[in-house]
Amino acid sequence: MIWQLDLILLVFIVACAIGALVVKDLLGSVILLAAFSLLMCLLWIEMGAVDVAFTEASVGAGITTVFFVIAVFKTERRSKD
Amino acid sequence: MIQEQESIVIKTVARLLVPFIQLFALYVIMHGHSSPGGGFQGGVILAASFILFAVAYGLDEMKRRFSIKALTVLTSVGVFLYAGIGLLCLLLGENFLDYGVLPVIEPRGMGMLGIEIGVGITVMAALISIFHDLLDFE
Repeated sequence: MIWQLDLILLVFIVACAIGALVVKDLLGSVILLAAFSLLMCLLWIEMGAVDVAFTEASVGAGITTVFFVIAVFKTERRSKD
Repeated sequence: MIQEQESIVIKTVARLLVPFIQLFALYVIMHGHSSPGGGFQGGVILAASFILFAVAYGLDEMKRRFSIKALTVLTSVGVFLYAGIGLLCLLLGENFLDYGVLPVIEPRGMGMLGIEIGVGITVMAALISIFHDLLDFE
């Protein structure tokens, strides 16, 4: 484990998570969540859990993004609160 | 929501990429017991390739080639394969999913491969079914 790399990845992950919560445009929120998944996958690899990283990359960044985009187009793009 | 695209770029890129994505998914399933990956991840990548096809060529074309009835049958076939191999070991006098007694060459590797293929088929069919149901909502 390289702690500098860990720190950089963690800062970006927290930034992506807070951004996904704050952004009013729900499509942008979905894209930020995909970026969160990808960075999380890099962190898993860096910590040595390659199998978990594989699942995170294929499910988190691949399939759920498509499902969330469909859900946004089926409902509303702007968040009310 | 998803109609057929006019853009020739999207269609060509999807047509070129889909076979390679499926080949990689089969590789992930086949090497599941000796390297990262396995039935679940391979099934997800296989489903992603079909979803890419549906996004580029429209849902109707996808339904014409891969009917919903076939998806339902495939979901059950995967579970049947998994439980069937387990019960076969039970019938041959060992515990559930104890591959050692299977009458094939290298029984442990082959039994695990059968399990991975079953899981992959089920995950692929279930994820494409969820995709269909989300788009057909209303």
